[in-house]
Amino acid sequence: MKKVSKMNGHTILLLITIGLFIVLFAGGCIAYGNKGFTHLQTFLNILITNSGLICVTCGLTVVMLTAGIDISVGALIAMDCMILATGMRAGMNAIVMVLIVLAIGIAFGLFQGFLVGYLEIQPFIVTMAGMFFCRGMTAVICTEQVSITEQTSRLFYAWANAKINIPFGGYVNSKGKYQIPYIRPSVVIALLLLAVTFFMLRRTKLGRSFYAIGGNAVSAAMMGLNVKKIKLKAYMLSSIFCSIGAICYCLNTMAGSVSQALGLEMDAISSAVIGGTLLTGGVGNVIGSFFGVLINGTISSIVKTNGKLASSWPNILTAALLFLFIVIQSVFAMLRSRKK
Amino acid sequence: MNKKSTWAKIKGWSLFLPVMSIILVMAVNIIHDIAVGANPFSFFMITLRQTTGNGTILYGRIIDILNRGSEVAILAIGMTLVVSSSSGTDISVGSVMSLCASFCCMLLAGYGVSSTTTLAVPLIVGLLAGILLGVVCGMFNGTLVAYFGIQPMVATLILFSAARAIGLLLCNDLIVYVRNDSFGIFGGFCGVIPTPVIIAAICILVIAILLKKTALGMYIQSVGINSKASRIAGLNSKRIIFMTYLLCGLFAGIAGIVASSRITSADSNNIGLYFEMDAILAVALGGNSLGGGKFNLAGSIIGAYTIQAITTTLYALGVSSTQAPVFKAIIVILIVAIQAPPLKAYLKHRSNAKQLRGGAA
Amino acid sequence: MEDNVVLTARGISMTFPGVKALSNVDFTLRKGEIHALMGENGAGKSTLIKCLTGINDFEAGEIHIEGISGPVKNHSTKDAQEVGISTVYQEVNLCPNLSVAENLFIGREPMTKFHTVDRRAYNKRSQKIMDELGISVDVTQNLENYSLAIQQMVAIARAVDMECKVLILDEPTSSLDDEEVEKLFVLMRNLRDKGVGIIFVTHFLEQVYAVCDRITVLRDGQLVGEYPIADLPRVKLVAAMMGKNLDDLAEIQKESTEDVSKNDMEISARGLSHAGTIKPFDLDIRKGEVVGVAGLLGSGRSELARAIYGADKASTGTLKVAGKDAKISQPIDAMNLGMGMLPDDRKAEGIIADLSVRENIILALQAKRGMFKQLPRAKQEEIADRYIDLVQIKTASKETLIKQLSGGNQQKVILARWLATDPDFLILDEPTRGIDVGTKSEIQKLIVKLAGEGKSILFISSEISEMLRTCNRMAIMRDGEKVGELDHELTQENVMKAIAGGEQGHE
Repeated sequence: MKKVSKMNGHTILLLITIGLFIVLFAGGCIAYGNKGFTHLQTFLNILITNSGLICVTCGLTVVMLTAGIDISVGALIAMDCMILATGMRAGMNAIVMVLIVLAIGIAFGLFQGFLVGYLEIQPFIVTMAGMFFCRGMTAVICTEQVSITEQTSRLFYAWANAKINIPFGGYVNSKGKYQIPYIRPSVVIALLLLAVTFFMLRRTKLGRSFYAIGGNAVSAAMMGLNVKKIKLKAYMLSSIFCSIGAICYCLNTMAGSVSQALGLEMDAISSAVIGGTLLTGGVGNVIGSFFGVLINGTISSIVKTNGKLASSWPNILTAALLFLFIVIQSVFAMLRSRKK
Repeated sequence: MNKKSTWAKIKGWSLFLPVMSIILVMAVNIIHDIAVGANPFSFFMITLRQTTGNGTILYGRIIDILNRGSEVAILAIGMTLVVSSSSGTDISVGSVMSLCASFCCMLLAGYGVSSTTTLAVPLIVGLLAGILLGVVCGMFNGTLVAYFGIQPMVATLILFSAARAIGLLLCNDLIVYVRNDSFGIFGGFCGVIPTPVIIAAICILVIAILLKKTALGMYIQSVGINSKASRIAGLNSKRIIFMTYLLCGLFAGIAGIVASSRITSADSNNIGLYFEMDAILAVALGGNSLGGGKFNLAGSIIGAYTIQAITTTLYALGVSSTQAPVFKAIIVILIVAIQAPPLKAYLKHRSNAKQLRGGAA
Repeated sequence: MEDNVVLTARGISMTFPGVKALSNVDFTLRKGEIHALMGENGAGKSTLIKCLTGINDFEAGEIHIEGISGPVKNHSTKDAQEVGISTVYQEVNLCPNLSVAENLFIGREPMTKFHTVDRRAYNKRSQKIMDELGISVDVTQNLENYSLAIQQMVAIARAVDMECKVLILDEPTSSLDDEEVEKLFVLMRNLRDKGVGIIFVTHFLEQVYAVCDRITVLRDGQLVGEYPIADLPRVKLVAAMMGKNLDDLAEIQKESTEDVSKNDMEISARGLSHAGTIKPFDLDIRKGEVVGVAGLLGSGRSELARAIYGADKASTGTLKVAGKDAKISQPIDAMNLGMGMLPDDRKAEGIIADLSVRENIILALQAKRGMFKQLPRAKQEEIADRYIDLVQIKTASKETLIKQLSGGNQQKVILARWLATDPDFLILDEPTRGIDVGTKSEIQKLIVKLAGEGKSILFISSEISEMLRTCNRMAIMRDGEKVGELDHELTQENVMKAIAGGEQGHE
């Protein structure tokens, strides 16, 4: 039936994304099988490295569903990491610092959300200023790289080095030792957040409201939704998720520095777009975004495993994919408007 | 009553915002100079100074601002046109600058060479190729925005992330040094005057003549204000939007070459970093609405130099280059918040209410 | 209040800056009736509806609603919904990316005890609602997967489920095909039988007679009358809307008419159409001829002109201009063939609000010359001065921004813009709308004068009398189709009959 094929328009995009991931990963396995790409740990490492990005992308997906954008996330991560690192260096407890960072996320999101929702300033401008602010603030706090070591915070160090073993998929390395595959706590945080976001978007009033105002903000207002408040909440969520992401990120890098997470916002945006989230709002879900992150991670991983390719290839390939998906989306949109 | 109307007239002047802000920056400088016990007007002093090698050059804070602000001023020209015609911004200019610089230096040095004093190709070939690549980038952006109907920011996001990376690739992940005087001149001095100032002046002059002698300016504004009506009146709205992006790419190319000549190298990771933000800020500071329509090029250019003046002032106040963005962010938010319609409506509502109360009392 | 009356509005008045949009209008809606609200542009239909739904704040008058004591004054659409007035617009105000069920329940979703939305509950309830209304849809599908007609019906279902007593349908059928309209009518009759009062706004006469019980006609912000459908045949309805009694047609004077039947052909269209807005039509216009296009708003009269001019690229058909085949894909192509078009929507498609009068006048001429051949400033000023003088534009200076001028003067600027290009063929779409009487007659005289100079003109107007005064011939439009032409016995009566159709087809 015509109806069914139409319904799958967005599902098809999601399937393309998942298919692309599988093809990429399989390609990597075939090409670099001898370099250990086939091991389960390769995949788990992608998850570990990108745990922060997964959190950020969840938040960004929410903002993009409301037809907005948030480019402050990379800089916010840098600021959060810097705060974590300097705070713990100054002898603060890791738990307190984590709470402080989360509070900063809430406050920052609240401010950005107010400017976008209530003052109706273009989200790009607001979050660009936010990005400036965070990046500059990072330098105000400290211009040098601050590392987190076992001395600065034993607790944080323990979190970062905790391994959660996976009972299957191990392999015997060249020295004849059995390697147990593992993940880090940050992966658990990221996947939990992903699950929560997925559930929130599907099953709560707020989640559905994000879709509604992204679909048609005027209609949503006429149907009695408080568009301003919902937008504010979207930006707040984005900043909170970003701060959670910053903690995951910091657990990986164990440092704070001005140039950290440079351009991460673009990775997050491209992940969401590749995952089928429309920049015009109303369409998309975090599962797609998750696969978008995995695609980005796989590309980086392949380039790294190859060892000979220039470090800028991941950026170029991601941009090429972004281009492809944006053009596909725009062609889809044109076809639909022509049909009507 | 009369006084008020004069004030209203001044406030209504199209260059009110940019001129006001540059005066403010100067005032801060003067106060700072007085506070530290220097000559209150040292900000404005221009002197001739001997250089180590080749004779005398102009020296002074104003000269420094004019010199260092050149790239943003050049970018601001293109950005003004893009904002006017398409109600959107081109966020790729900084990356494109880097790409053009890398391409130019790569050609001049030869692929894979990291440092050279002799040129592999004639200088003019390298320069033109760099600028041409800027034009190509502009055309790419323009096609996506004008003909595919993609939001400007999203369309330019692609080159924003790709251009810098491609530049790195062209330079084989190296910082390519072209230590050749004929190349270095574009970022150095031409006689006593800094060359970037001259290049910026030429760019401004050319675009000013273009706007004066052709109907381009009217076309761009007309499309930006009402693209439907412009189409009915015979303008090709899409082509005009495309052209503004092309010009924006061209100017990004020129700015890229100036920036790389200044450091006689192509440092792909750092050339043009955050320049798109400065260019957008220059347009906003120039009193132009980021919503498109009427534009004021003079304002944008004053805006660009104001930003440089702010930066220079911040440095003078002891703020480091990495910390300066905090202040820029605050300025951006203040400018756009003041212009935000809901805030205006709220203030108007309040002043009306006040008047009503005053009338009743 | 009478027993079966659900809504009464008495003496509603409303002024916009400079315009009396409604003066002392009464309106009565009974339970279980479909009541058509008719009127041409500026008659006050939408203003009245906005007063009922709380978008406009009317100045004088009272609105009463059954079951509520005392007059009701709504301040928002939400208020209106609470007293039982719901509106469904042509542009469906729903979210296409959500499921049908979600669209029915968003903002008032049933919740589970875990504070999550209870999908199963609202899917079930939605299906029940749709089944009761006889709409066959799968409520779990996204709204965008369904046709516009179904989307309209979902919007209606939402309104009905929110227990509305008064349902306002504002041009719901404009983008529907015949079959879809029929489905919508079934639903409307169904609701009527359930006792809902329906206000139906449409431009299609056929539809009024197909489904309505009663008609209220507005003109120029005033009530013309309320009629049971049987008492108001088409011709009388058209007359009521257009404002001339059939009895006093006599003294319309013709200002024009040289014999142009021997002149060369300027425009000749064959099978021209634009998908979705106008069906294929043939049209010939001779040099020096003024051809009027008569029809109600939404009859395709503007769309016909737009297809010729390339404002909407023609999907089928051929066009000859001055005997030669012409390929027009956008307005500039038409302009290069000597055409010009003054569009009906002055604000959206005419003026460039933030540019000066001078720039607005020379814009089209400049566009024709091309970007690099700029008119010298002195020449621009000379042209601006000449046309400000010629069409008597009242402006402080030629550098005044056009948005500061009154509507009539803005219109004259646009007219000047086209005159400056010295066109052979000029399309004037409602050039006299919202303009004072003096200016109107000036424009009419100008049309005749231009025709005298050998220019051809396509004149579209909702006032038949002004077309009668100026036109040699008239094309008659109805429901998106050119249904005929009148070239002799051009009288108000004949034209109205032709527009109304049905009784006395001309061809």
